[in-house]
This record gives sequence, C-alpha cells and structure tokens, in this order.
Amino acid sequence: MNALKQYIDLYDESQALIEQQSPALLNKLRGVARERLQDAKLPRKGSEDYEATDLETVFAHDYGVNVNRLPFEADPAETFHCDVPNMSTCLYYTSNDAFHSSATAERNIGQVVVEPFSMAAVDYPELMDAYYGKLASLNDPTVALNTLLVQDGLFIYVPDGVVAERPIQLVNIFNAALDMMVQRRLLIVVGKNASIKLLACDHTQSPDYHYLNNQVVEIVAMQGSTIDYYDMEESTPLTSRVSSIYVDQHEGSNVLIDGITLVNGFTRNNFHVEVNGEHTETQLLGMTIASGEQHVDNHTFISHNAPRCHSNEMFKYVLDDNAVGAFAGKILVKPDCPRVEAYQGNRNLCGAPTAKMYTKPQLEIYTDDVMCSHGSAVGQLDEEALFYMRTRGISSSEARRLLMQAFVADIIDGVRMDALKDRLHYLVEKRFAGTLSNCAGCMAACKKK
Amino acid sequence: MKENEKPEKGNQIIEEAAQAEYKYGFVTDIETDVIPKGLDEDVVRRISQLKGEPEWLLEFRLKAYHHWLTLKAPTWGHVHVPEIDYQAISYYAAPRQKVASDKKEIDPELKKTFDKLGIPLEEQLRLSGMAVDAVMDSVSVKTTYRDRLAELGVIFCSISEAVKDYPDLVRKYLGKVVPYTDNFYAALNSAVFSDGSFVYIPKGVRCPMELSTYFRINAAQTGQFERTLIVADDDAYVSYLEGCTAPMRDENQLHAAIVEIVVEDRAEVKYSTVQNWYPGDKDGKGGIYNLVTKRGLCRGDHSKLSWTQVETGSAITWKYPSCVLKGDHSVGEFYSVALTNNWQEADTGTKMIHLGRNSTSTIVSKGISAGHSQNSYRGMVKIAPKATGCRNFTQCDSLLLSDTSGAHTFPVIEVGNDTSVVEHEATTSKINEDQIFYCNQRGIPTEDAVGLIVNGYAKEVMAKLPMEFAVEAQKLLSISLEGSVG
Repeated sequence: MNALKQYIDLYDESQALIEQQSPALLNKLRGVARERLQDAKLPRKGSEDYEATDLETVFAHDYGVNVNRLPFEADPAETFHCDVPNMSTCLYYTSNDAFHSSATAERNIGQVVVEPFSMAAVDYPELMDAYYGKLASLNDPTVALNTLLVQDGLFIYVPDGVVAERPIQLVNIFNAALDMMVQRRLLIVVGKNASIKLLACDHTQSPDYHYLNNQVVEIVAMQGSTIDYYDMEESTPLTSRVSSIYVDQHEGSNVLIDGITLVNGFTRNNFHVEVNGEHTETQLLGMTIASGEQHVDNHTFISHNAPRCHSNEMFKYVLDDNAVGAFAGKILVKPDCPRVEAYQGNRNLCGAPTAKMYTKPQLEIYTDDVMCSHGSAVGQLDEEALFYMRTRGISSSEARRLLMQAFVADIIDGVRMDALKDRLHYLVEKRFAGTLSNCAGCMAACKKK
Repeated sequence: MKENEKPEKGNQIIEEAAQAEYKYGFVTDIETDVIPKGLDEDVVRRISQLKGEPEWLLEFRLKAYHHWLTLKAPTWGHVHVPEIDYQAISYYAAPRQKVASDKKEIDPELKKTFDKLGIPLEEQLRLSGMAVDAVMDSVSVKTTYRDRLAELGVIFCSISEAVKDYPDLVRKYLGKVVPYTDNFYAALNSAVFSDGSFVYIPKGVRCPMELSTYFRINAAQTGQFERTLIVADDDAYVSYLEGCTAPMRDENQLHAAIVEIVVEDRAEVKYSTVQNWYPGDKDGKGGIYNLVTKRGLCRGDHSKLSWTQVETGSAITWKYPSCVLKGDHSVGEFYSVALTNNWQEADTGTKMIHLGRNSTSTIVSKGISAGHSQNSYRGMVKIAPKATGCRNFTQCDSLLLSDTSGAHTFPVIEVGNDTSVVEHEATTSKINEDQIFYCNQRGIPTEDAVGLIVNGYAKEVMAKLPMEFAVEAQKLLSISLEGSVG
C-alpha cells in the first residue's frame, strides 16, 4: 500500500489545471516535489521519529482534494465568536485552504501585509521568490505533497522596523460537505527589528466529515525581530492534521512558538528551528490535553548553528482515556558554537490505564562550552496534594481538575499576550470540566448540538 | 572566537595525554592455532568440530549463520563502523600449547601474560579471593577455584566445557535471552562463538566470592566472539566481573560478544565490566570494534539484575546491557561511565523493559568526551500496559573536555499505563571552570583538578563496582584522562 500514490496520480491527471490556477512561483517547485515523491513512502509506525504515529494510515483515507478551487463559503459572523475577547485582534480566516478577508478585519494594519499568495506574487515578487519553499524540506513526503498540490497560501510580511500594534488572528475553518484534504501554506517574513504576534486556530464547522490538514508554515525572523506564533487546535475527533513549521532565526531575533492542542483527532506537529544568528532567543512551548481517542505527536528540532544563543523548550501533556501522546525533541549544537544554552523539558500526566505516552528527548552536542539539559517525566497527580485538598473539603474530581490546571499553568503563563492567556485559562478550565467539545466560543461548531 | 582559543598549556597537556601509552598493548609471543580466514558453512562446522560439540549446538550455529546471511549491519548508531570484511577475519584462534596441556599446568607464557595484566590466576594470589576464568582469543585458558565453588554446587567454567559437562543446562538457557535472530552481531556471534564463561548458581546459594572472566585478544587478524551465560536460580546471588584488553595493532579487530543472564525468583546478579580494549592510537588508527549484545532476563519475582560498566577502551563501542523485567517486583539497574578520548566513538546505554508489575529500574550514565571523540547515551525505558506500578529513574550526564568532541543523548520512553512513573534527566556541560579555579587556588594543578572533578563526577557509578575493580577503574580513568582538559 502506498497512500501517496492516489495524490500523485491526481496531480498527474490535473497538473495543467493546478498550474493554471496557481501563481507561477508555486509551480516552480512542483517538479522537484513530484520527483521526491516518486519513490517516497510515508513513515509507518515504529520507523525512526515515528514511534507512535502512522502517517500512511492517516493519508490512506479517501479524501477529496479541491483541485477545481470550488468556493466553500464560511460565514465570518459565525467564526467571529472565536475571536479572543477583550483583545483587539485583526481577524482573517481561511475556509479550507482559501483565504478570505473578513468584513470585521482591516486588510492591512499599519504597514503589515497580510494577503494571499496570488496577490503577494504580484505585490512582492522578490520576497516571495526569496523565501517561498526555501526552509521547508522536500525530503519530508508530507511537505513535498503540500508543495505538489498547494494552489494558494497566506503571506504575512512585516517590513523592517514595523511593530504590529494589534495581534493578527487567523481562523482556519474546515467547511465542506465531504471528506477533504487541504494543503494550507503560510509564509511569514518579519523584517529587521520588526515585531508581530500571531494566533492561528483550527476549527471545524461540519464535524461529521473527515478532514486532513496538511500544513506547511515557513517563518523568517530577520535581525532583531520578535515573533510570537500561537498555534491552537480545537477541531473535532474526525479531523487529522500534519503540520510542519520551519523557522529561520537571524541575529538577535526572539521567537516564541506555542503549539496548543485541545480537541483533535490525529495530530502530528513538526517544529524545525534553525538558529543562524548570535544572541537569539527561542521559546518552544506546547500543551496537549487529550482524551477519548485523540492522538497528538509533537516533534521538535532546534539546530544551533551559531554561538551565544539561548533556547528553551517545554511540552506538557495531560492524557486520559485511550489518548496517545508522543513527544520527540532534539537539540543540536554544531561545532564551534560555544556559549549556547539550550533546555528542553517534557512532562506528562497519564490519567487512565489505557492512555499511552511515548517520549524521546535528545541532545546532540558538538561543542564543549555549552549548558544543555533535557528532562522528561511520565507520572500521575501527586497523591499527597490530592489528599491535602480532600482534607480541606474539596471533592476528588475538583481537586484533580485544580491540580491538572496547575500542571499546565506554566505553559499558559508563557504566552506573551495577556488577553490570550486569560482566554486559555478559561478554555483549559472548561476542557478539564469536560464541557468543551470545541472552542467554547465557537457557536459555529456547536450549534448543531 | 576567543572562547575557542585554548591556553598554550592546555595544548601541551593534551599532547601529553594523547601520547600516554596504552598499558596493555603488548603481544604475547605464543604459538596459536588459527583456522584460515573467511566465513562459510564449513568454517562454522569446523569450529563446532574443533570444540567437539553435540549435534544440537551445531544446528543452532548453522541456523544462526543462515539467518546472519539475510541480515545487514545496523547503521542507526552514532558511530561510524566502516565496512567490515567478514571474510578477512579468522574466526577461531587458540593458544597452541594450552590445547594439549592439562588445565592444571598452565603454559608459562600464558601465565606471564595474565600476570602482566594483574590477573590472579595462581595460588599466590589466593588472597584476592576471586575466581577467575581467563579467555585468550577463542579459548578459555584457565578457571581458578573451581573445586571450592563445586562444593557449593556453583558451576563456573568455560562454556565449551559446560556444553560437554552440563548439556541440559546449557541447552535450556542458551539463546533464550538473546535469540540468534536478535540482531546482526548476535546472529554472527551465535554462528561462530568460540568460548566464554558459564555460571550456574543453584537454588539458595550465595556465591562466596566474586567470579571473574578476563578476556584478551592476542592473535592478529582474528575476531573474538565470546559468549557468556549466567543463570542464578531461586534465591541465589552472584557478583560477576569482566575485564578486557588487547594488544596495540594498526588494524582494527572485531569483538562481537553475547552475554545472557537469567535471574530466577528472589535471585540477584551483579555484572560489572571494566572494558579496556585497545582504543587505537592518537590518530584513531587501529583499535577494537566492540559490538556487543548483553541482556538479562529477570524472570522471577523479586529478582534483581545490576549492570555496572566502565568503558574506557575500544575504537568503537556499541553496547546496550539491558534488563527484561518480567517478574513482579523485579529490579533492574544500570550504572555506566563511558570515557572517550582521541577518535574513539561510543554509543552505549541500556534498555529497561518493564513487563512485571511493580518492577523498578534505575539508570545512571556518565559520559565523558575528550579529544575528537563522540560519546552517546542511547536508552529505552518501556512500560508495558499490564506492568502497573512501575518506577524508573534515569539520569544521564555528559561532560565535555574539548571543543572538538561530542556528547549526545538519545533516550526513548514509552509508558503504557497510568500507575507507573518514569523520570529522565540529562545535562551536558563543560567541566566547571570555577571548580578548576578553586582547586588551582589551593595549589592543585589543573591536570590533577580535572582528575579530581571527573572522579567525583563518576563516583556514583564507581561506588557500585566491587572493590577490586573500583581501584582498577579509578586508575584507568585517570590514565585515560590525564590532562585532557583544554
């Protein structure tokens, strides 16, 4: 069985149509992607870096691909409920993989550029040409598949010295009356000394269908820039997601990436950070709350290619029922990169006998003057703390909830947007209370209930 | 980059250290029976015939050989094992005089060799109170204290003797913990293994002395494929030591061993290794490829297996002494110090497979890399869904002594239930300059300070070694380390 074949065949059949509908730039890389996919196989469970995750099965499902670019309109008013309260964000949304401007969002705030590839290819051809497809590795079959089939994407550009005052919120909505795979693609270029905060959240409007989001995000952080990227998933148990985020950090840049999974079906997140400049700061945070049959696999790789940089990584999982959690993190310090400080942590709570956790924290160090550490733990809630609360008259379930909330609190506190922090505390509280089957504010997905 | 510039003294010290001689690099001039190079079915039959083995063992070897032909050498390790020409190795070498002589009359040349190595083969060393099995190339040379052990029912002999004298025992346990299908080198070893030690501790016996095997590669262009099998029956206890050396040669020699341990109800086995195969010269020429499969099965409830290793030798080390904790409340331990210098590469660690309820395991691994060496910890802790109430603690620290060396950790943790607790901690850092400075202030030269700090760093593991070995290991560490700080 080779799940990729159906998509390659689809491409071969409709290559002309795909190329005709896409900006010329996207077509340039298709040939190479096609070549790489020729003999490629999706990793099976148990292969290197995929201890618990079987991509072959995920892609084997018979998904439709919107080759014809049929419009699937989503009502922005419905998705607006997902907006972060008390926080003035600029809201954009994508319906499946088509970018829509929203009536409630200004197109450009100040000088920040947010536009689809089709427009960006005309407005900023040099930038698109310089950065599109440069970070994402086509050796990864999922990235190659995205590159092969992608027809549009979203380009976010913050010019040198511009500090975006309002955070940008990107709401991704699945909305189709059939099983569907989409290729989402983001290119974020943040210029010298510029700064931006970005919140992307995944939602599903029609929860009865299987969706697969095969996403590639490329982020370029120029000298002295600051980027916060919060990637939140609140989809449905039938939604799968394979996401690859690539980051290129230049001197003095400060990048925070936060991967939050609250509700999903199957998720594989790849975070790949190349630290190419001195005095950089990298924060990789992740939080997963999974129950039922949820499957969440986070895979991180931070390569320190320059001296004197600092990175910190912390992923926390709370697993219940039959949930499967996986974490693999690698820190690489290349030769001649002294004074690197790199820390990695992975803490996990298993709340049910059938929940499973796989973890693989790795260090690869080729320079002596470094401070690196990793720690990983799988365990349960502290019985003594539970007992203490029981003696104070707090019920067992309430005490558990409190402890679990406290467990993930430091990830939420790492968020550098106060309003989002409050919102996350609220969402997590609801999630643990079992009342959140989707984003609490998202009427769109809940209205059928 | 200023950080990269070493003070001149540092360079000088490194040079001195690099030139420090490998103490055990001599060759014993002894006639050796070597069968011609190459490996095919006939060679396997020949080895079996030379050793006068029963039919079942030959069959086992042949099955392993045919399976080996279907396998490819593993490449996942963080080591660079060059393509080994398995037809250029001789698979059997035996010191000649010995073969003809009676066990009681050991060849003087051989005795000299082991005396040089400080191995107590003879009576004058009775005070050391250790039973020793000495293996030179492919043959067990002498086993001491056999009679005294026999009084207690303890069997301690070479595995070829055990095949003859206790065929049922050997057949019952051989290949049960490490099947020949396990991996490439295990299959190779199963096909051509020459000698090794066999230990059986009967029910309720606490072995009164340390058992020890000393392995020595002497002949050129040979490989050593020994096989050790230790069985501790209910309520038994044994502490087993293993040491290894080899002459200095320009060629690389292959050492692919298997150690199998079975621990029954409430029994305990302590297995300690001081591995000091020839590591190659300062340019990385020569040295032993140490590609070893070691695994113990804690089959009984409340059984305990403890691995302690000090790895200082070998050009390439690839070994993962593991515990399969099948019995309820069984205990697995792994303590390791791995030191690499010059161009050595070590990829070592352990696997703790928790199958029994309430089983616990502890892993303490200390890596020290100097020169251009690469030192990796690779480990796995797996808790099966039915193994409730398990506990694991892992600590692996790496110390880097030069900016051209590398230290890596590749742990894997799999937890299949909600009542087990697994913890893993790892740090990588340079030797603490403040500590060196502190020592300098007190008049301790940098070189000695490094020795002090490293010995302190490795102390947790050294403390687990039996006394006789601890002294040797400590000496080894300081020799291998001498001044390799920059």
